[in-house]
Amino acid sequence: MSTLLEVSGISVTFDGFKAINNLSFQIGSAEMRAIIGPNGAGKTTFMDIVTGKTRPDEGRVIWGEKSENLLKLNESQIARKGIGRKFQRPTVFEDQSVFENLLMALKKSRSPFDVLFYRRSDEDRDRVEALASEIGLHSELQRKSGELAHGQKQWLEIGMLLAQEPRLLLVDEPAAGMSPAEREHTTALLVEAAKTRAVVVVEHDMEFVRRLNCKVTVFHEGSVLAEGSLDHVTADQEVIDVYLGR
Amino acid sequence: MQRSFISRNPSVLVFIALLALFTIVVSALSEGFGVDLISTSMVKTLGKTLCLCLIAIAMDLVWGYCGILSLGHFAFFGLGGYMIGMWLMYERTKEIVVSAAANAALPPTPEEIREGIGTQIFGVVGGSEIPPVWMFADSLGLQLLLVVTVPGLLALVFGWLAFRSRVTGVYLSILTQAMTLALSLYLFQNDSGLRGNNGLSGLQNLPGASDIPQSVMSVWFLWASALALGLGYLLAAWMVGGKFGSVVRGIRDDEARVRFLGYNVEGYKLVIFTVTAVIAAIAGALYYPQAGIINPAEIAPIASIYLAVWVAIGGRGRLYGAVIGAAFVSLVSTWFTGGQAPDVPLGFYTIKWVDWWLILLGLSFVAVTLFAPKGIGGLVDLFTERRSPMRHGADLGPDKGALREKEANE
Repeated sequence: MSTLLEVSGISVTFDGFKAINNLSFQIGSAEMRAIIGPNGAGKTTFMDIVTGKTRPDEGRVIWGEKSENLLKLNESQIARKGIGRKFQRPTVFEDQSVFENLLMALKKSRSPFDVLFYRRSDEDRDRVEALASEIGLHSELQRKSGELAHGQKQWLEIGMLLAQEPRLLLVDEPAAGMSPAEREHTTALLVEAAKTRAVVVVEHDMEFVRRLNCKVTVFHEGSVLAEGSLDHVTADQEVIDVYLGR
Repeated sequence: MQRSFISRNPSVLVFIALLALFTIVVSALSEGFGVDLISTSMVKTLGKTLCLCLIAIAMDLVWGYCGILSLGHFAFFGLGGYMIGMWLMYERTKEIVVSAAANAALPPTPEEIREGIGTQIFGVVGGSEIPPVWMFADSLGLQLLLVVTVPGLLALVFGWLAFRSRVTGVYLSILTQAMTLALSLYLFQNDSGLRGNNGLSGLQNLPGASDIPQSVMSVWFLWASALALGLGYLLAAWMVGGKFGSVVRGIRDDEARVRFLGYNVEGYKLVIFTVTAVIAAIAGALYYPQAGIINPAEIAPIASIYLAVWVAIGGRGRLYGAVIGAAFVSLVSTWFTGGQAPDVPLGFYTIKWVDWWLILLGLSFVAVTLFAPKGIGGLVDLFTERRSPMRHGADLGPDKGALREKEANE
């Protein structure tokens, strides 16, 4: 399996605090990966660096077959390369309908003039409806997304990610605040997505991680502490000391 | 299948119909074309108001839809006015100079005519040379082109610099205000080449149309302004009606999220900023021939602040709200400051509205912002039964320009 994203030796310091310390990470093109770790381990900062929100002080972020350097690109360029991100709290455009949210995310030309002269085709509408069915929001298409329940907003955001057709999904705590039934649906969505693309899930909830049934990377103090199957890392004495033991 | 443009934007049809009705009624009652119930100066005031409605639409696009509180759009309005004013003044003065020289023994040479024009226009600032910025002033076509390109380019360059460095929120407002102030101070100088604080005057006289009375001319300009407003409304409704509007509203509510969807936020802001600057300039080019005079005070930042007040009172984020706000506030303001409003004697003090109008306006602005964020336009919701979504006090996005809970509708 080819490597899709390779992060090597990155470090970043905020006001003297080393949020990421010589961290290296890689993921293949159709792989599910869970990242766990205590608060302040650098999980979110790691995502910020990959998506271009934060620039690392040193290190490299290499993407795809052509080994492009992502550090030279801005957020929107990185997103267009095929990296989608879901934030910890659901961020959808609350003033707009579910349909508009999904249509905006649909993979299409992003240039202002193409968007200005964009006319919705039947094909695009079908694609949006198919996505809405997949995330269980087909009956809510015309509702303002601000009115959706918390779990539905999370799904809508996942749906928007899928609509972007990214090659790598970065998902931050997708199950936070969800009921058990909702969690199951979310797991199914992510597992399905990981069949064709790379998915990185940051999660605190061990039960949820277990259900994802994938390789796990443990972050601690800005670097990788352990990597392997969930059973492997949970048996690791260091992991137990810094994370699970507390 | 996508529904037709009109069925998605029913307000467009209503707006165009009302605008057409208004124009027809005013024309029929005007001195020039009708039964002389509305004075020529009133027709001019109404025509000017239509231009103000047009710039309010531009402001609503940039602020209400895109979340950029620009305090510089009246600079573009003024620049548009200056550009058309240069042609009007130059050609008009040329007519006067030529007719004055007609009685002379020898016909004047082109140099003499040029000198005469220079003395006539710039004598007031102690010069007779025609400055280089007046290079194209003898050509209507080129000067009309400048109406669009000068403010457009200024907006493009300014916007590119500002948006590229990701200046947002109140800092961007301050920056636009600084630009406006700088431009106005520059124009105040006599050597700016645009007659300093005297500004340009006599703009109500169209060159080559001295036989046409102002009563007729004013109605022509009313029609032109109404046409521009109608087209401007259509353009704005088309821009914000589709996916482009979705993206732009997304930028208003949560800019970072739009970026992570892969949209180049700076590019979108630049398009909106520049397009609205051009709309503002066109409005200005129609306004000042009706006003008759333009001077740098018109460009001062206070004018742009008024613009924001109009849009806020009318209801931002809906195009007709901006139009209602601009029309209502500017007409009421004309009434109060024109001395037509009756004084209120309180015994110990008499409220003169000329002095107190600004305070009344300020209070209404605060009241609208606090108690009726949807503005006057929100009254329409009473008929169409749109309700605000129940969002438990949460605004619609994390950004400074994001719509507030009460402004939104279901």
